[in-house]
Amino acid sequence: MYAQMVKTDADRVKTLDEMAPQERAFQERIDRNEKIEPKEWMPEAYRTTLIRQIGQHAHSEIVGQLPEGNWITRAPTLERKAILLAKVQDEAGHGLYLYCAAETLGVSRDELLEKLHSGKMKYSSIFNYPTLTWADMGAVGWLVDGAAIMNQVPLQRTSYGPYSRAMVRICKEESFHQRQGYDIMMKMCAGTADQKAMAQDALNRFWYPSLMMFGPSDADSVHSAQSLAWKIKVDTNDELRQKFVDQTVPQAKYLGLTIPDAELKWNEEKGGYDFSQPDWDEFFDVIAGNGPCNKERLGARVKAWDDGAWYRDGLTAHAQKAATRRTTAKIAAE
Amino acid sequence: MSGKWPLWEVFIRGQHGLNHRHVGSLHAPDAEMAILNARDVYTRRNEGVSIWVVPSAQITASSPSEKGPLFEPANSKVYRHPTFFDIPEEVGHM
Ligand SMILES: [Fe+2]
Ligand SMILES: [Fe+2]
Repeated sequence: MYAQMVKTDADRVKTLDEMAPQERAFQERIDRNEKIEPKEWMPEAYRTTLIRQIGQHAHSEIVGQLPEGNWITRAPTLERKAILLAKVQDEAGHGLYLYCAAETLGVSRDELLEKLHSGKMKYSSIFNYPTLTWADMGAVGWLVDGAAIMNQVPLQRTSYGPYSRAMVRICKEESFHQRQGYDIMMKMCAGTADQKAMAQDALNRFWYPSLMMFGPSDADSVHSAQSLAWKIKVDTNDELRQKFVDQTVPQAKYLGLTIPDAELKWNEEKGGYDFSQPDWDEFFDVIAGNGPCNKERLGARVKAWDDGAWYRDGLTAHAQKAATRRTTAKIAAE
Repeated sequence: MSGKWPLWEVFIRGQHGLNHRHVGSLHAPDAEMAILNARDVYTRRNEGVSIWVVPSAQITASSPSEKGPLFEPANSKVYRHPTFFDIPEEVGHM
């Protein structure tokens, strides 16, 4: 999940009876699966929670370009390079769709970017892991985009209209991402023993960080209960993680790769796999800023923003000049 | 920085013969850049044959609170739909 552990300001979920009439009418619209649109009344906590969630999601798309950008110039063929470039460009687009959705809630893009750059807002923990070999491009597409799809498909039905529509656009593009990753894995696994070992190594390193993407268990979380009631979250973290494991295990098997979990086994009774939890201490440490690449990622992001300032200023100056020229020409013609 | 840039609403004609449809919005310093950005953000997979960009500030929207007075009057006018009228089968296609 690209938005992990979003707080809602709730200490418990109110029942319909406890709500003031306006809030009750709002909740009833959500219960009827009506979409909430930007200028309509909404509880302040719904608005601020959505800004946090959509903002975190947008930041993840943008920062998520960095681990893959690392391999664009080193892709093994021109075709792979073009594909990876297109994939990374899509992620930039995803970030923009989501920033637009967040802006309809009354926050500015600059405010969101400032919060990302100053570390006040988070992005997904997954992007703080390094991409060491070409096989990592396979593992990232297959597992990371695969986990993102798991989370984003249900969010197409989310209650906030602009967020839901952004998710529809994003989901249309994500399946290309996952397939190109799996395609890299298939090639590597059908290659030399060294190549297959690289693929296995990439799976070993990305398996648990991918499971962390869904966030820690939220079965008892009041924030999740509130988000579920508002339909800005559709499944619990554990449900999504289970689905992801069940879907991925056969895919690994097809590749002839081993999931790095000795406890992994089919559980007939629940109709899904039993599996080991990731190391949640590691997760909290990464979220706190101490992952292997946190500094590098945020540093690269801030540098790109600062280095691009002259270009943005140039565009602004050009637009102002052209506007002045147009008014002057108009006055002269009158 | 982009905060100084106005917001533009983007409309795309998907195919010849169809209307332009609203697809989203973006920030750009001027109309020309808005079109270029819209090309990159909204038509990476041949989604369009034509783009309109309109400054968001130029759009006047009906307010959600007017929904009732604006749209409810149409609810009671079911006779505006052809299915309101029963035409005997013998009459043939109409
Ligand atoms: Fe994405
Ligand atoms: Fe993706």
